[in-house]
Amino acid sequence: MSATATTPIAHAVPPEAGPRAFLRRLRSGDEVAHVLTLIFAAGILLITSLLVYELWANSHLSRAKFGWMFLWTRTWDPIFDNFGAAPFIYGTLVTSVVSLVIAVPLGLAAAIFLAELAPRRLSDALAFLIDLLAAVPSVIYGLLGIFILVPLMRTTLGPALKGALGFLPFFSGPNYGVGFLTAGIVLAIMIVPFIISVSREVLLTVPREQREAALALGATRWESTWQVVVPWARSGIMGSVFLALARALGETMAVTMVIGNDPRISASLFAPGYTIAAVIANEFTEATGDLYLSALIELGLVLFLLTFILNGLARLLIAATERGGGRPA
Amino acid sequence: MRLRLVWRKALNAVMLTLTGVAALAVVGVLFFILGYLLYHGGKSLNWDFFTKLPKPVGETGGGMANAIVGSLKLLLLAALMGLPVGLMAGVYLAEFGGTTFAFVIRYTTDLLNGVPSIVIGIFAYSLAVLPVRHFSTLAGGVALGIMVIPVTVRSTEEFLRAVPVSLREGAMALGASKWRTIATVVLPAASGGIMTGMLLSLARVAGETAPLLFTAFSNRFWSPGWGQPIASLPVMIYTYAIAPYDDWHRQAWAAALVLLALVLVANLGCRLVLNRRGAMRSV
Repeated sequence: MSATATTPIAHAVPPEAGPRAFLRRLRSGDEVAHVLTLIFAAGILLITSLLVYELWANSHLSRAKFGWMFLWTRTWDPIFDNFGAAPFIYGTLVTSVVSLVIAVPLGLAAAIFLAELAPRRLSDALAFLIDLLAAVPSVIYGLLGIFILVPLMRTTLGPALKGALGFLPFFSGPNYGVGFLTAGIVLAIMIVPFIISVSREVLLTVPREQREAALALGATRWESTWQVVVPWARSGIMGSVFLALARALGETMAVTMVIGNDPRISASLFAPGYTIAAVIANEFTEATGDLYLSALIELGLVLFLLTFILNGLARLLIAATERGGGRPA
Repeated sequence: MRLRLVWRKALNAVMLTLTGVAALAVVGVLFFILGYLLYHGGKSLNWDFFTKLPKPVGETGGGMANAIVGSLKLLLLAALMGLPVGLMAGVYLAEFGGTTFAFVIRYTTDLLNGVPSIVIGIFAYSLAVLPVRHFSTLAGGVALGIMVIPVTVRSTEEFLRAVPVSLREGAMALGASKWRTIATVVLPAASGGIMTGMLLSLARVAGETAPLLFTAFSNRFWSPGWGQPIASLPVMIYTYAIAPYDDWHRQAWAAALVLLALVLVANLGCRLVLNRRGAMRSV
């Protein structure tokens, strides 16, 4: 093609003002490629802004009618067109917190093992398997949840917990097998791979000297890990937890299948509940009135904002640690 | 003093063991899932599953041929819509991107990656279902296509950056302009990695259910063309799992096995290729 021949000439011409110069630069091809790829990159911005706009615009009816009260109202009554998000926000937060309580210690421990103890090859192999675990589709977790965890919770796990901790309000009340706790356990299994793989990478960036200095001072392996390495990587680990939390908040299918889908606020973790994502999944296609649909879309907006903020924070924290700023304060 | 040392050593041993147990437990979950699905799914899988349509409600037997084809059609649409955008944006970030605007794009891509899939579903619904007032294959493709973009962008950018500068300089020294260097030297050098990244992103959306529930919806028959509701494996698993029929549960296990096998084989292959080429992060 002639482009190769013309390019050096195009560059040799002194810069001129006006459309003619721009045309010449266009002909050289570089500018075309630049503009073309720029358009696609800007397309991502456009898609994301359009996403926010659509959520905002389509929830107009509900926002106009309920205002901020939408967030605090506890009724969800499609028949009388009375909608409040409180039970769903409660369910989303409770299941996420339960999942973090299980997944953070488990994930951090596994990440410590992979980063600090396991030989590099074993660590890589295990990390590889854990990444595969993250690839399992959520509907399959839901399927396993329905047919394994729910019966287990009803017959064994639930009664055992009740026997041991029944005096706490969280573990009292009837146990149906489905509910906040079951959903939290399924979520924990789903988010643990994210905590492990991000935390492992952050731990691996901690300088060797830090560990050696601690060991030289007579610390045991565990003391050096827990008192020196982990604090150093603290903000990155926090980032991984936020990332996992954002996943847990937005997770839909697995939760929908095991939480019981009942818009109620109960202190007991055995009680059935509902989450934002689950109610959207269940009722969106059946939403008959415009206001009903609008309320569901506003729930989507709430969920979007929650995960948006968490993701933003997580990215900043991880970036800060990997740049080496995660020094213990 | 002596006692304190014993205590510290014991704590050390106990905690280190616990971390190992935690790692094994998590990996154990993977093998448990694989084993359980292989057992239940393998028992339920038969030839009808791949060749027959679902039977009417209440009858046993039948298969999910339409859902398998449906998933493939949706993935094809997602690839056609999402991959070019991801590829071009990745090229922009790696080759042309300045500082501020590129940072904004990168940050937005990460945020888009973190948007819950159900919210993407609402977005695709308002883009492609509301205007025409009916569910369609196209709408499902839009939803999955959007989800494909972020991973493709980031992996494309990373692989382009990994191409050695000397290759670019060689092309430039021969008089090639920047775009020719990119098109004929840099992209081909990174093509293996870029394509694996694309396959990974497709494998990820292949298992998505939530964004399809109210875009592609579902269908118990074949769905010719692109304008009608269409069945897909993940949605079928969901519908069959929560239904009260034993035979549907059996088929849900079979579908889950097929879906998991597809997703894991794609992941396994991609990650093995990528690991050989050097580490790739955050996909």
